[in-house]
Amino acid sequence: MVIFFQNLVNALQWGSFYALIALGYSMVYSILMLFNFAHGDIFMVGAYIGFGVSIGLLALSSSGALAMPNWLILVLTILFSMFLTSFVGMIVERVGYRPLRNAPRASAAITGLMIGIILETGNLALLGARRVSFPSLIETTVYNVGGVFVTNKKIMIVLVSLLLTLALHLFVRRTKWGMAMRAMAFDFAVVPLMGVPVNTMIALTFAIGSALAAAAGILFGVAYPVLDPYMGILFGWKAFVAAILGGRGSILGATLAGFLLGFTEIFVAMIFPSTLRDLIAYSIILLILTFRPHGFFGEPYSARLRL
Amino acid sequence: MRKGSRIGVCVLVVVMAVSLTGRVQAETIKIGINAPLTGDIPKVGEGTKFAAQMWLEDVKAAGGLTVGKKKYAVELVLEDNESKAESAVKVATKMITEDGVLVMVGPQASKQAIPAGGIANNYKTVMVTPWSTNPDATKGRPYVFRACFLDPFQGPVVANFISKEFKFTKAAVLYDVASDYPKGLAEFFKKAWEGLHGKGSVVAYESFTTKDTDFSSQLTKIINSGAQVLFTPQYYNEVALIVQQAHQLGWKNPIVGSDSWGSAETVKLCGKDCYGAFFSTHYAAAGATGATKAFIDRYKAKHGYVPDDVAALTWDAMLLVQQAIQNTGGLTGDLKKDRENVRTAMSRIKKFKGITGEMTFSGGGDPVKCAVIVKISDAGEFTFHKSVCP
Repeated sequence: MVIFFQNLVNALQWGSFYALIALGYSMVYSILMLFNFAHGDIFMVGAYIGFGVSIGLLALSSSGALAMPNWLILVLTILFSMFLTSFVGMIVERVGYRPLRNAPRASAAITGLMIGIILETGNLALLGARRVSFPSLIETTVYNVGGVFVTNKKIMIVLVSLLLTLALHLFVRRTKWGMAMRAMAFDFAVVPLMGVPVNTMIALTFAIGSALAAAAGILFGVAYPVLDPYMGILFGWKAFVAAILGGRGSILGATLAGFLLGFTEIFVAMIFPSTLRDLIAYSIILLILTFRPHGFFGEPYSARLRL
Repeated sequence: MRKGSRIGVCVLVVVMAVSLTGRVQAETIKIGINAPLTGDIPKVGEGTKFAAQMWLEDVKAAGGLTVGKKKYAVELVLEDNESKAESAVKVATKMITEDGVLVMVGPQASKQAIPAGGIANNYKTVMVTPWSTNPDATKGRPYVFRACFLDPFQGPVVANFISKEFKFTKAAVLYDVASDYPKGLAEFFKKAWEGLHGKGSVVAYESFTTKDTDFSSQLTKIINSGAQVLFTPQYYNEVALIVQQAHQLGWKNPIVGSDSWGSAETVKLCGKDCYGAFFSTHYAAAGATGATKAFIDRYKAKHGYVPDDVAALTWDAMLLVQQAIQNTGGLTGDLKKDRENVRTAMSRIKKFKGITGEMTFSGGGDPVKCAVIVKISDAGEFTFHKSVCP
């Protein structure tokens, strides 16, 4: 039983990353019907920006110019990095996707792959192949709750990711901007006729998705403090699976699917030999998709919705 | 168009002629360095490069390499294998067939050294891998040598060390199933441990795949298996994550690793969590004497950090190659013949005094030498703990 609860805690943390990254995929996919394959690499860029910001803030703090407690540095790092990474997302959209908006979807998807490679190798050229170690901003405290080990970092990661998901949910459901986004997902052709600035809305979508990926990147750095330029690839693929599994445009769905993915991976490794983890985990996901091809909360849509 | 192509042909002919004559007149010995300068283990590539360049400096300072009665200039052909098996093969083929290297040093990791060794052997060119400890790298390949001990040796060494030092009987293993080195070493350790403590004494034998960052599920299994010690023969980037996560999940017993831990990056990435851990390796920097110390001091002065075992082994590999070339008694100028002579000389090297210990080749490509158990001190230094000889 202890093992079960321990793995429950493990899975909650692991699923948080999938969920946060899946949200960005899901939003872009629902509005543009576009697989933004660069999204995993934006997660990586976000983690590196977070690394840079936190190093800068730490230096500023220790130089005495602006002494801050470490938790404040972490909060500021998350906020600054989300802000900066949102611009990376908007640039990617402006340079990579907007010129191809009326091109076949396959071309746009390929563009995403290429932007991903550019981001990876650009990082490699800029910082070299050496792994960087994310600064440990908060001291790890391990709590033993009846044999289940929980750290303060784990609790923070799960809480922050749930909080961000909730914020996004409210934004999409309760604001005018959110309404415009949902309308675009519903019918991309008619919405501009209603006076919605489509380009701005798309840029905003990319900005929000990228900011969430940046948050995931920093939380990842806190939990797994070894960053490398290719860390986003596998994460991108798996979060993409979560986005599709959740259903097109469903925030709740993407979040749930992200956590489901985390749970499946962790619990498969608990029951079966860990060598077979991904084999079994993703066979299960495949099986789910076979019976629910539109994901958990997705509605069947016609291919003509998008131009 | 026509004119352009004609000029192109002329240029080509001239270039070919120059390179042809250049080859005939060359009094240069080319040595290939097949190193992972980028990819998963760039620090290993850096150590390889720096050590090889230091050796070249010495040779240049001596005015070249004396073979027989003649002095030859030496040139290093340094190529990046991106820490990938395919690239290592490509690099090896290019060095041997296009650059015309006499000997190739590297690749380092078994993942690249095993396939690249096949190429070197097919082209009948001596390859010396400084760091690959997997038996397959040299097995059945008369042209492939190494400057380190083998995984089958390291497995029992670690198993013996843990049994004697702590009197433990239950061990857990966590390794990367998709990489030759950890997989091989995990198997050898398991075999040795079960030989000592009986079947079922490896109470958890867990794996993951390259690029994984979360090991919580596997570690939860290990912690609840009643294991007294965790053996994880991983590379430095994974070591940091495994050790930290193990501690966060409540693991308090010793963690033991293998020579892949011996990088300057291990403690940097892992921090305090790795203090007190043990690993088996080729040499220990702290407490070194004689030629080893001289090498360490020189490397440190030049590059600002203590060289890891890869650098030390590469240094030894370069000197082994130098000795083998010199032992041939003279080069004929015919690359094919010279490569054969170097192979014969290499396989006969006896009691070579390397900075990582004394090496003797007795026919095969694997030297006989000792292993060192290192403890990571509370200051984060690699300190000599024990020496274990076969």
